[in-house]
Amino acid sequence: MELLSGAEMLIRALHDQGITKIYGYPGGSVLHIYDALFQQQDIQHILVRHEQAATHMADAYARATGKAGVALVTSGPGATNAITGIATAYCDSIPMVVITGQVPSHLIGEDAFQETDMIGISRPIVKHSFSVKHPSEIPGIVKKAFHIAESGRPGPVVIDVPKDMTNPTDKFEYVFPKTVKMRSYNPVTKGHSGQIKKAFDLLINAKRPIIYAGGGVIIGRACDELVELAKTLNYPVTNTLMGLGGYPGTDRQSVGMLGMHGSYEANMTMHHSDMIFAVGVRFDDRVTNGLEKFCPTAKIVHIDIDPTSISKNIRADVPIVGPAKAVLQEFLKLLKASKVKPDTEAHKAWWHQIDDWRTRHGGRFLTDDSELMKPQQVIQMLSKVTNGDAYVCSDVGQHQMFAAQYYKFNKPNRWINSGGLGTMGFGFPAAMGIKVNFPDADVACVTGEGSIQMNIQELSTCSQYDIPVKIICLNNGSLGMVRQWQDMNYESRHSHSYMESLPDFVKLVEAYGHVGMRVEKYADLEGAMREAFAMKDRLVFMDIIVDPKEHVYPMQIPRGAMRDMLLSKTERT
Amino acid sequence: MRHILSVLLENEPGALSRVVGLFSQRNFNIETLTVAATDDPTLSRITITTTGVDKVVEQITKQLNKLVDVVKVVDLTEGDHIERELMMVKYKATGAARDEIKRTADIFRGQIIDITPTTYVVQLVGSSKKLDAFMEALDTSQLIEVVRTGVSGIARGEKTLSV
Ligand SMILES: Cc1ncc(C[n+]2csc(CCOP(=O)(O)OP(=O)(O)O)c2C)c(N)n1
Ligand SMILES: [Mg+2]
Repeated sequence: MELLSGAEMLIRALHDQGITKIYGYPGGSVLHIYDALFQQQDIQHILVRHEQAATHMADAYARATGKAGVALVTSGPGATNAITGIATAYCDSIPMVVITGQVPSHLIGEDAFQETDMIGISRPIVKHSFSVKHPSEIPGIVKKAFHIAESGRPGPVVIDVPKDMTNPTDKFEYVFPKTVKMRSYNPVTKGHSGQIKKAFDLLINAKRPIIYAGGGVIIGRACDELVELAKTLNYPVTNTLMGLGGYPGTDRQSVGMLGMHGSYEANMTMHHSDMIFAVGVRFDDRVTNGLEKFCPTAKIVHIDIDPTSISKNIRADVPIVGPAKAVLQEFLKLLKASKVKPDTEAHKAWWHQIDDWRTRHGGRFLTDDSELMKPQQVIQMLSKVTNGDAYVCSDVGQHQMFAAQYYKFNKPNRWINSGGLGTMGFGFPAAMGIKVNFPDADVACVTGEGSIQMNIQELSTCSQYDIPVKIICLNNGSLGMVRQWQDMNYESRHSHSYMESLPDFVKLVEAYGHVGMRVEKYADLEGAMREAFAMKDRLVFMDIIVDPKEHVYPMQIPRGAMRDMLLSKTERT
Repeated sequence: MRHILSVLLENEPGALSRVVGLFSQRNFNIETLTVAATDDPTLSRITITTTGVDKVVEQITKQLNKLVDVVKVVDLTEGDHIERELMMVKYKATGAARDEIKRTADIFRGQIIDITPTTYVVQLVGSSKKLDAFMEALDTSQLIEVVRTGVSGIARGEKTLSV
């Protein structure tokens, strides 16, 4: 029998769970835990400079691996600083375990120093939360927390730990449970076979099909099945912002991203389809545009592990609740055994139509005579320099949409962005979280001069731990996405969308001991970028000056159908 | 349409707040809510009445099921069921009103459970509709205070809600 304090149990349980790195920031309520951390070697702790960054680092690790990342923060302000990161993970169904300190049990409810009701504050943005009532519960709670975070539709779990639960002198028997059983939590493991058969009929008989694949395919590790299904059928595939990389972006059958800033051909193909095979998606408002006008001729098959996502916005003709992988495997079996074959004649005409749309717009952007670089060109260069193989961690704004449109992801788990919450400040800590876990990979943070300043203090963390990410800052000197909306809807009244008094980023990063580069001409871009990526062990900040007037197109026209888009400042569908 | 949802959930601290929070967070309406432990002390049972179109009620049911603490959810209004609510009403009871209140309480099979020279407290059990009808039957000028428990419900016959 081994006796451990609550603090030691917490660290040991994380280790037994397979965790090797955690991200955090100390404070009064977690000092016992930090002392236990100091006295062991199994788990490396990375000290961030703001708790939000700790959560984004843990989150990015999860996005790349599918396994829950862990953040550790103190009570009160430490916990509230973690809130944005928890909400970010929640909105994108990312598994994460956040351990928050709490004031000692006897002070809870007394308005004690650094007391906040973390369970209450985080309730709407967690999958579940635990409050430790006795130190001996800790191993069991940790086990359950990971199980809940990673299974079913994943999400963040908070463990709130009152300080007295980690008291170094109170020792109890440590037992790490081998399995978890919860009568109230049993995620589905397979789809309903009757429903799958019904859906298969629609799939195989479709004349104008499209496969609409989202983040659920990546989280559910169902990419191989998706590719096999799409390839065998020769059906077009569109990916959501969260699903990029789930189907190879350079493949002929990929029509690119759909939705508000989706490609012309993806939105046109959706609108004119007669069957939408939706998997791991949620018909988000940034995808569907006006619900009443959504894809009028399409029958809809909707596969998702979360029944609440099905028929929430758009009614599915055939709903299937189940994990993407298991369900797609069933479809593959039916396909192999099927006597009915896909209607290749109809599909030839359909592809003809799609290729027509492609040539009409085909991901083009306007290059005018100005000397100014276009942000799209920068992303295309990034794609070229990194062979489309980097981890691209994005912030939020125009640069995010350009990255989604122009970086062609051929592998899943490489596109790391805050899709659901749209958290500015996510990109840089996310890139750090990837780099510390994949030290040999190229890791780029695509950001804007606005977003980067939301977590720029992490340059210091990168010096401390040598985290050589490449920061690709598309500097348009403005909160570009806000400015775009003001151009379109507010007669170009640029209310507070300018970033006056920007720092000299080159000097700033140099002050932290990193390398800064400023690039103003397209002619210099490739050389500079290659040089940056060649510096394997240095953080390089590329301050790239781009056209401040550029807008993101296509852009769906609000409340219209999927096909209603602005294609440039002067053209619309 | 009005629905009565019965929810079995883990009798854990915070579990009730997750259920209640879900309703406010997602803009679902709650008309009544009752909660107590069951014969199994590790389980609580909540009865919620809500109104909404089918699509909304379907979402409510799914979202409740998704809560990690929730073991089971049924919509009692989908089958034969019994619903009861308890109400206590305090009236000014002087002069002619004293008899009037007593008579009406008798007709509704209510009881007067507290008497002072100037007040009555009437207790009434029944469906929410019956309680409403009682309230309408009496002159509101005598009314001092009302307290209702909210609806509890159970399926008729063999059907049960248990783990
Ligand atoms: C934390 C946060 N605050 C505000 C917003 C609203 N917002 C969305 S995009 C954007 C502008 C981003 O500017 P920048 O990072 O420079 O990117 P750009 O659009 O110029 O490429 C703003 C303010 C947000 N998404 N997140
Ligand atoms: Mg900008």
